[in-house]
Amino acid sequence: MAHLDFERPLVELEQRIGELEALAEGEGLAMDGQLADLRARAVELRQDLYQGLSIWQKVQLSRHPDRPYFNDYLERIFEDFVELHGDRLYRDDPSIVAGFARLDGETVAVIGQQKGRTTRQKVMRNFGMAHPEGYRKAMRVMELADRYRRPIFTFIDTPGAYPGIGAEERGQAEAIGRSLLVMSQLGVPVVATVLGEGGSGGALALGVANRVLMFEFSTYSVITPEGCASILWRDGARGAEAAAQLGLLSSKARELEIVDRVLPEPLGGAQRDAQAAADILGAALREELRELSKLDAAALREHRYARFRRLGRFLEA
Amino acid sequence: MAWFSKGRAEVDAAAKRTLGRGVFRKCTECAVTLRAEEFTANLEVCPECGAHFRLSAEAWAELLLDPGSFEERDASLRPVDPLHFVDSRAYSERLVTTRKKSGVPDALLAGDGAIEGRKTQLAVFLFRFMGGSMGSVVGEKLTRTFERGVELGQPVILLSASGGARMQEGALSLMQMAKTVAALGRLRDAGQPFVSVLLHPTTGGVAASFALLGDVNIAEPRALIGFAGPRVIEQTIREQLPEGFQRAEFLLEHGMVDMIVARHQMRSRIARILDHLLG
Ligand SMILES: [Zn+2]
Repeated sequence: MAHLDFERPLVELEQRIGELEALAEGEGLAMDGQLADLRARAVELRQDLYQGLSIWQKVQLSRHPDRPYFNDYLERIFEDFVELHGDRLYRDDPSIVAGFARLDGETVAVIGQQKGRTTRQKVMRNFGMAHPEGYRKAMRVMELADRYRRPIFTFIDTPGAYPGIGAEERGQAEAIGRSLLVMSQLGVPVVATVLGEGGSGGALALGVANRVLMFEFSTYSVITPEGCASILWRDGARGAEAAAQLGLLSSKARELEIVDRVLPEPLGGAQRDAQAAADILGAALREELRELSKLDAAALREHRYARFRRLGRFLEA
Repeated sequence: MAWFSKGRAEVDAAAKRTLGRGVFRKCTECAVTLRAEEFTANLEVCPECGAHFRLSAEAWAELLLDPGSFEERDASLRPVDPLHFVDSRAYSERLVTTRKKSGVPDALLAGDGAIEGRKTQLAVFLFRFMGGSMGSVVGEKLTRTFERGVELGQPVILLSASGGARMQEGALSLMQMAKTVAALGRLRDAGQPFVSVLLHPTTGGVAASFALLGDVNIAEPRALIGFAGPRVIEQTIREQLPEGFQRAEFLLEHGMVDMIVARHQMRSRIARILDHLLG
């Protein structure tokens, strides 16, 4: 189990409990009293630790090395997944995974940003940072779903679209803009969920949905805290300070109506119980789909337009 | 309209020098020194080497539209500070001082006008207001511009010059990208053209939303256009970027813009495109 710095006291305590449990079982020693004490302390520590999290600690949770990724939810919530590859223009981008699957027997399109767990996977998935071809693959699958009247679920988890030479040469800006346009015109239900990091335009490119959900410890931000700090103070190491300003937590996103629904996570974050997190997400997706299925294509387009049309804060004399 | 006379050119104070009598300016590209009026009279294009320097939004409206046809819309929209954002200064304070300095309340000028007799909607980014960054006011004004295009059956001409979404308004700025592009979708459905002119610089959330989705994309010579800023890319790949990277000529070569048009030809070129599309 990987852990963040602030989790260390808890992780150490849990390790001691584990060792004692093994000892008690292996040696047949009676340690019930001692174990009960330690377990009670662990419960208390967990409460203290996770209830009083700072903004920066929550940002770290959204990027926790053990946080469930798109594929972890895909296999727990959906069945019969058939992956579709490539944008038909340049190549297949593994940082976005797209295809069709079943939810309670009904075919739906699923499109998600995929991070890697091991070093090799991280490189293969480009740390969840898509190139233009990733967004163009996503658009291709969305248009396919639209044509066959299949609902679309998108899953957001990216630090941002990739900033590189090839990405610029192949039109990263155009690809993201085009994806916003394509999504705004879909005649099927679209539900987007921010799983971990909702990093700027690269996240929004999969986010123009009828309903936008967000896990409690995920973030949705106009820029990464590090990027913001490097612009404001020419010092990317001051990410914690920038994070405090950016209003990137789920509570703020809900308050500003950027997301429609915040999904609670298991105590300490989704990485502590991926199955419980998947159950919460699966139930929410079913509910959302049930409601949206009542609308026809024109009403869905109108609903999506109105949802984004009202976003923004300004004064008018 | 009084604002046409002021703020016509946005000249870097450092490039301006008083040499004996009169104000002189040195071209930062070819190093020629000429009287400042010579740049101004030539639409901020260097008469010697043709380098394009920034022209104000107001001067663009004057340049492109039929005389007296421009009528500003949604001028009463004002930004707010939804996040109580503070960096070196409070955003709320920055809005006040920037407004004083720039003479405008936010970063987009929008209105009705006519180009060679054809009624049109025009919107121009005001780069001098926080680098033309897009927050809620810019997003709302541009959305209304597209919506007016639909209602009135008029094409939309947009001139972008922006560093992208405005950080100080957080994810609300990000959402303006989706809101504006959805409105652009309605303009397309209504059969009205969108001519997107990309000025220097057009990057970030403005590039990655409507700016490259024109029915016709036009860039100014040498304009920097791209998703990520060059500094971010260099930090990511730890390499120096090739000469001319993300410049208008690079985008033309890579198929991202239809044409590069010099400032003096912009008005007639846009009018001809609209003639082709609308007859
Ligand atoms: Zn010159």
